Amino acid sequence: MQMTTMRLREALRAAMVEEMERDPEVFLLGEEVGHYQGAYKVTEGMLARFGARRVIDTPIAESGFAGLAIGAAMVGMRPIVEFMTWNFSAVAFDQIINNAAKLRQMSGGQLKVPIVFRAPNGSARQVGSQHSHAMEHFYAHVPGLKCIAPATPADAYGMLKTAIRDDDPVLLFESETLYSLSGDVPDDPSFTVPFGVARVAREGKDVSLISYSRAVHTCLEAAEQLAKAGVDAEVIDLRSLRPLDEAALVAAVSKTHRAVVVHEGWPYGGVGAELVDRVQRLAFDQLDAPVLRVCFLDVPMPYNAALERLVIPQVDRVIEAVKSVTYAR
Amino acid sequence: MAKLLDMPKLSPTMEEGQIAAWHKKVGDAVEVDDLLAEVETDKATMEFRAFDRGTLLAILAPAGSVVKLGQGVAIVGAPGEDVSAVAAPAVHAAAPAATPAAAPAATPAAAPVATAPSPLPAATPGRVRASPYVRLLARERGLDLSRVTGTGPSGRIVARDLAAAPAPVVAAPAAGGRRVPLSMMRKAIARRLTESKQTVPHFYLKIDVDAGPLAALRAQLVADLAAAAPKGEEPEKLSVNDLILRAVALALARVPECNARFDGDSVTYFDSVDLSVAVAVADGLVTPVVRGADQKGVLAIAREVRSLAALARAKKLSPEQMSGGTFSVSNLGMYGVDEFAAVINPPEGAILAVGRVRDEPVVRDGLVVAGKRLAMTLSCDHRVIDGAVGAAFLAELRAVVEHPTRILLS
Repeated sequence: MQMTTMRLREALRAAMVEEMERDPEVFLLGEEVGHYQGAYKVTEGMLARFGARRVIDTPIAESGFAGLAIGAAMVGMRPIVEFMTWNFSAVAFDQIINNAAKLRQMSGGQLKVPIVFRAPNGSARQVGSQHSHAMEHFYAHVPGLKCIAPATPADAYGMLKTAIRDDDPVLLFESETLYSLSGDVPDDPSFTVPFGVARVAREGKDVSLISYSRAVHTCLEAAEQLAKAGVDAEVIDLRSLRPLDEAALVAAVSKTHRAVVVHEGWPYGGVGAELVDRVQRLAFDQLDAPVLRVCFLDVPMPYNAALERLVIPQVDRVIEAVKSVTYAR
Repeated sequence: MAKLLDMPKLSPTMEEGQIAAWHKKVGDAVEVDDLLAEVETDKATMEFRAFDRGTLLAILAPAGSVVKLGQGVAIVGAPGEDVSAVAAPAVHAAAPAATPAAAPAATPAAAPVATAPSPLPAATPGRVRASPYVRLLARERGLDLSRVTGTGPSGRIVARDLAAAPAPVVAAPAAGGRRVPLSMMRKAIARRLTESKQTVPHFYLKIDVDAGPLAALRAQLVADLAAAAPKGEEPEKLSVNDLILRAVALALARVPECNARFDGDSVTYFDSVDLSVAVAVADGLVTPVVRGADQKGVLAIAREVRSLAALARAKKLSPEQMSGGTFSVSNLGMYGVDEFAAVINPPEGAILAVGRVRDEPVVRDGLVVAGKRLAMTLSCDHRVIDGAVGAAFLAELRAVVEHPTRILLS
């Protein structure tokens, strides 16, 4: 397949531009998506290309414009809502969990809500406790929402396209730290990536590092270092949190018999806790060690750079967890 | 005074039991009738309840160990009581003691797989600590984990420890394949059916009956049950086998000489027809008993068989539900088997093997037409049933099956 190398923000933009050209019902709205070209320049050039009717700058009123977009989706349009960050979606939480997630069920299938919410998620660099939330843990809890968190430009491109074409609400969790990541993206407007299918980011036989989004790259780096110490780590990139690829979890643990789950966000009741449940329940006989998690430490994110580094999952913490599950210490 | 608890007799035929799980741990208070452990017997997983109150002072047989009847499995007494005097006989009666997992200079005993646990050195935990994956490998390879030294936390046996584990007692097949230790149920099947084939003089009588009326009746009944089912509810199920069970019960009532068993110096003829019905389960088969089948309607029999089969698959049949049958029926028709001969389920005098209803050309009034046939083979214990008696039973059975409204009328 012909490939083009692009940054992840360009891959997201390409997906939106192609879908807006393909389907006139698709439109974009959010704070600074138009004249300012996007807070993280994801939407650069889109206002000039599609005009102010399809690339809409909104006031700072997340609940209002999220609700407006859900209404548009109910009557047949396919909105893409960009929040400046997922932290600010807290203001629109009610719209997302009570309207977007519920209307199809409550209307007995008469309504559908084909909408995409997307924004950077998780920690960035010293943006403080209120702007460092890993919001996927809140939303992945909710039936009726699909939650995806790609780690590469190709997956960002292919999954955003799948999201826009999906008839249910899809929440795309991006990472500010990955927007400039370069990677090969198929040169094919028909390329999409299905939900619920994990990707083996690195083959290995001694331990499975199960992760998504930014933490996949932490795991890959840890795997490189572990290889030097003779430990062959596999890295599973879930890509999709709901639906979740249970078969991939079972296959990984059936091969390596040890697993470490790595993600941003707190440990209590998060996506990682769900993954541990699935693994122990579906592959109990395959486990040679308890499944461990490497997450945010269980505190609000510190502003101080040194303390922030301690809270965010780092390579050294992943390696420590691998040593523990391989009984190497 | 501390008391040694022996492996109790939890089914009429059990000779040994495997501790499936302990529900009390050392130090727990025990009241009369408390659930101590679950024991896998040759028939089912049974509850082992306490007859004495006190404190559980020691577990001599950790989960997974196989213990002969009467051999000690635990000690109950007053808290802190010295158990050495009580424990000694248990150790004596047991197979060679396994070396405690944590002992550095472990020398595996050369004896057969130790089914008995360690004695009671203070530092030895009551169970083998091993990861789930290690337990899976041990099952697959037939390893005795009590002889493996664990290097994980608290002496947990982890996968890497198996590299140094002693070879299984019986070597795995050389050219691939896998070795699976016998479950309690497989042991029971192996023992009882070998005994049956070696000691019971079997002979076999086969009939092939016109199953057209039976199939038509069943189709009619299934349709009627569907029509009679309350709206939104599943209709009751009725299989060919349910009809045959009832037909067998009627035929046995007519020929009670076949509803009998051999007792060494006498033959017992039963007044009630208690049918043992062979049910395939995950690891073998069991034969729950439909009692008084001659006194029950076909729907009652169908319901009872379905309920017993569900219990069988969940391993929840009680020994009472699996013993005391007077005659067995085994049906492999649903697996597409045309006909077969079954092994008698001692001490019963006979077993009927039922095949599938076959579509076949038959001659009727000089013309070849499409018909349905059903083959059934009676295996008889010649000590109880002679050929003519077996034939009389089959003639009755044929009469009922070929005029199946009798199944409903009588």
